[in-house]
Amino acid sequence: MGCPAMTSVVKSGTAVSFTALYHSTMMNKRVLLALKVAVWLVCLAPLGLLLYRGFGNNLGPDPTATVTHATGFATLRLLVITLAITPLRRLSPRLAWLVRFRRLLGLFAFFYGCLHLLTYLWLYSGFDAGAMVDDIAKRRYILAGFTAWLLLVPLAATSTNWSIRKLGGKRWQALHRLTYFSAICGVIHYWWIVKKGVRTPITITLVLAVLLLARVAWLVRQRVERQARVAA
Amino acid sequence: MLIKKSNEIPSSEITPKSVYLNRRTFMTGAAALGAVGLGVDRVAGMLEPQDEVEAAATKLQTVKSPLSTSGLELTSYKDITTYNNFYEFGVEKGDPAANAGHLKTRPWTMTVDGLVKQKKTVGIDELLSFRPIEERVYRHRCVEAWSMVIPWAGYSLSELINWAEPLPKAKYVQFLSLKDSAAMPGLQQIDLDWPYSEGLRMDEAMHPLTLLTFGLYGEVLPNQDGAPVRLVVPWKYGFKSAKSIVKIHFTSDQPRTAWNEMAPREYGFYSNVNPNVDHPRWSQKSERRIGASIFSQRQPTLMFNGYGDQVASLYNGMDLKKNF
Repeated sequence: MGCPAMTSVVKSGTAVSFTALYHSTMMNKRVLLALKVAVWLVCLAPLGLLLYRGFGNNLGPDPTATVTHATGFATLRLLVITLAITPLRRLSPRLAWLVRFRRLLGLFAFFYGCLHLLTYLWLYSGFDAGAMVDDIAKRRYILAGFTAWLLLVPLAATSTNWSIRKLGGKRWQALHRLTYFSAICGVIHYWWIVKKGVRTPITITLVLAVLLLARVAWLVRQRVERQARVAA
Repeated sequence: MLIKKSNEIPSSEITPKSVYLNRRTFMTGAAALGAVGLGVDRVAGMLEPQDEVEAAATKLQTVKSPLSTSGLELTSYKDITTYNNFYEFGVEKGDPAANAGHLKTRPWTMTVDGLVKQKKTVGIDELLSFRPIEERVYRHRCVEAWSMVIPWAGYSLSELINWAEPLPKAKYVQFLSLKDSAAMPGLQQIDLDWPYSEGLRMDEAMHPLTLLTFGLYGEVLPNQDGAPVRLVVPWKYGFKSAKSIVKIHFTSDQPRTAWNEMAPREYGFYSNVNPNVDHPRWSQKSERRIGASIFSQRQPTLMFNGYGDQVASLYNGMDLKKNF
């Protein structure tokens, strides 16, 4: 599997474990294919369900809210799942294959983010530019949500192997850390839209916090190990 | 002979809208009449009192009212009873319908106290037979920018207030809802200062449109809609209409009200429906009609929810942007 993008990652010296493990665990092709199909199906399920309900005229009493919530939740959950890949993979070399799904999951998060934004543009602002500007200026939850989406745009645009090559692994990775901030903005967006006193966003907030803290812990551990090596 | 079939004219165009809307109104009326005829349904419940038959729909005898809003398409019974904000039973719209089953609405008493001649307590059956129950179709506008059209059943709150004999010092009325931790799982989920409280200025409470409500669609209120007795103030956002009321308290000063206390910037004491005053987090210019198709849900919000002719004079000389 001579993937040029991966080679460039190796050359730039970052994410060593990433590539090493990528090559070391050549997954059975059939299993991988089955997993890919499963991930596609799971990722398409929220949209499929909406379409099914929509065509059956069964989107519930408040269809606008149904579509808004479904696309919003799909975006946030997929973003958080995408951010779970790296910490999970670090738990065991045998989980290295997980990284093969990261781009797919991230792109699906962006896809649902676009649908969510489109829902707002169409069903809330009625494609009225004035109303949109007014909303962004006045309403901080819209600003937070829009920022979360905006941060994903360059990431989706640079998601190709060609982009990774062009940018170089290190810079590409640095750019893609924007995902953290997008997810944080997404969670803030959620807190700002629910009524004061309502605690429903707590679960996703805690999950995201754990995933981000896991990265901090990893960095600290690496630094400690490096110092130990230097000392030895 | 060639018979040409034309599919170009939708049936709604053939029947003038006013006619088919009237037909709907007529049918609602017919249903209500039918309800009168079947007014002995309660016997079934009396036969087996140990059963929780009380939860089953019970018909109410209703009379027509000139204060009912006409010409509107009613929201379906299903939507009115499955899409609720009743935080005592959870924050999701389906939670009240799922969780309100344990609410015991009988026996039920309501206490009238504070600045009244004499504190009084009245049972729900006495309240039900106190005045004729009228059917009042009202627009219902939630502060969250969705709306319904609901055929409520009740009588003007003013009837009860007159009976309560408030003292001249009484300038406000506070409504307190039931707080029953055993039956209400939402009490632990949300940090509102329970019991739920709401309030009106005396002249608002005395306005004939302000309805002491016992039913909808000609039947007693389902638990999730605020059984057995609630308030409906059609020109104000829905949260002003307290549900499952156990106490009416007369005061000289503006009483504490739950949401206003929680987030005063977002929920004013008055909370009159007003398309010109945005909620800090969203526009109130338009609303989503519940039950409509996703393509036609959005519609403009009316000043005082369309009841300006009747209630605007209550607020003469008041800055409604300040007193939102």
